[in-house]
Amino acid sequence: MSVLDMRNVGLTIGGTAILDDISLHLAEGEFLSILGPSGAGKSTIFRLLTGAAQHDSGTITCNGQPLATNQHGFGFMPQRDALMPWRRIIDNLTLGLEVQGIRRKDARAHVTPLLADFGLDGFTDHYPAQLSGGMRQRAALLRTIAQNRPVQLLDEPFGALDALTRTQMQAWFEKRWRTARWTTLLVTHDVREAVALSDRIYVLSRRPARVIAEVHVPAPRPRLGRPVSADAHAIEAQLLEILLNQTGETL
Amino acid sequence: MQFDVPRRPGRGLTRGIPAVLSVVSAFLIWELYVRLSGISPLMLPAPSRVLDQIVLNRALLWDNTVPTLKATFAGFALSLTVAFGLSVVLDFMPRVRRALFPIFVVSQTLPLVAIAPLVVLWFGFDLTPKVLLVALVTFFPMLVALVDGYAATDPEIEDLMRSMGATRGQIFRSARFPSAMPYFFAGLRISITYAVVAAIFAEYVGARAGLGIVILNAKNSFRPDLVLAAVVISSALTLVLFAVTALLQRVVLRWRDVEGNR
Repeated sequence: MSVLDMRNVGLTIGGTAILDDISLHLAEGEFLSILGPSGAGKSTIFRLLTGAAQHDSGTITCNGQPLATNQHGFGFMPQRDALMPWRRIIDNLTLGLEVQGIRRKDARAHVTPLLADFGLDGFTDHYPAQLSGGMRQRAALLRTIAQNRPVQLLDEPFGALDALTRTQMQAWFEKRWRTARWTTLLVTHDVREAVALSDRIYVLSRRPARVIAEVHVPAPRPRLGRPVSADAHAIEAQLLEILLNQTGETL
Repeated sequence: MQFDVPRRPGRGLTRGIPAVLSVVSAFLIWELYVRLSGISPLMLPAPSRVLDQIVLNRALLWDNTVPTLKATFAGFALSLTVAFGLSVVLDFMPRVRRALFPIFVVSQTLPLVAIAPLVVLWFGFDLTPKVLLVALVTFFPMLVALVDGYAATDPEIEDLMRSMGATRGQIFRSARFPSAMPYFFAGLRISITYAVVAAIFAEYVGARAGLGIVILNAKNSFRPDLVLAAVVISSALTLVLFAVTALLQRVVLRWRDVEGNR
């Protein structure tokens, strides 16, 4: 059974059709990417899942149950890190647990063993502004993971980083993901990132968004930190062509 | 990446030097002018004479400073409570905000000269009218600062908290309220400079004691030196309150002083 199943989901906001017909499914332990041109409504799908918006057609089910607004099965990592500048890193990391009503001491005890893997050891008492961009993203990711939600929603998590840091972060993330196997839904417009990290990729059309392609990525892991395999390269080229067709340009 | 880099030592002191110099030279010029021109102290007393008056009348000044301070603190406490309470209500109920905000704006257009005697007429010569006038003058900047501060919360932080399942109250406490703090302190600094002046004005219109009464009596007996002595005390009070606010801000907004934040 799918952890998440969206069927023919549509959404119109203020007379503008944002999502036309979105159908996708996500299995436990799977890494799924949603790839699409900028402004296609990729982030809007996350807004539906986190309860920030309501779809007006189609169905969304989680483990066979309809998605209720009060059901929070998702850990959400927003585009910019959204760390609270007035909270020390440790208090940012425990925010989700705090919201769940877990006592501060227990929340800290839960987060502390994860610090080393996320390269945040020794930085818990720092404020976000004292950290580099890469560290801030890792903190935001740990804040997401620490909530113990069954599905992780990552909204262009590396989009705001410089090219070098992004490459390092992607490699680091792949390594972490290979050990933890979080069930993940990634939104991105970076073809290479999608191919490097995903089991499967959905490609969205321009707004109003439809799913126009579903691509499996069978390439063996790890895929980063080594030359891109011929398979992966072919998939990248294929995805790029689909996307360029969408924007009306050709290579 | 930078951590715990100490600020250049003595920067605060060095930065204060021009201010001290300008104030001292202004007083020096004033003193010199009075001495050289031979102007009557009934017209313009020299700063040294004003200082003498403060020392000579220290008992009188102290006895009258206490009621002014009481009115200032009580009025400011009332104002702070009302401003914060109202800001929360307005934040949770946008309709109430639209209904009430014009009233608050109008309250700030009332000339104090006209309102103060009326408030004294209605509430007598006791502490009450002074407290009310101080509150009336000081609450608006704080209310506006809080309401604007809540609205300036990063929407992504709110979306994030909502995705975590946070209630409206949790979002207010953990996101909107802390976001408003820098704004609040900006408003607080404006308010605090009005507070003492408002208390003195209220006393001036009708009171049994207070710096306002000292000023009124000194003026009526042609004693500009004593008027200025009371003015010095009043300014000093405001400066001290301002400094306390600045200190409080340093503590509460410590996170803004770390490297990376301005």
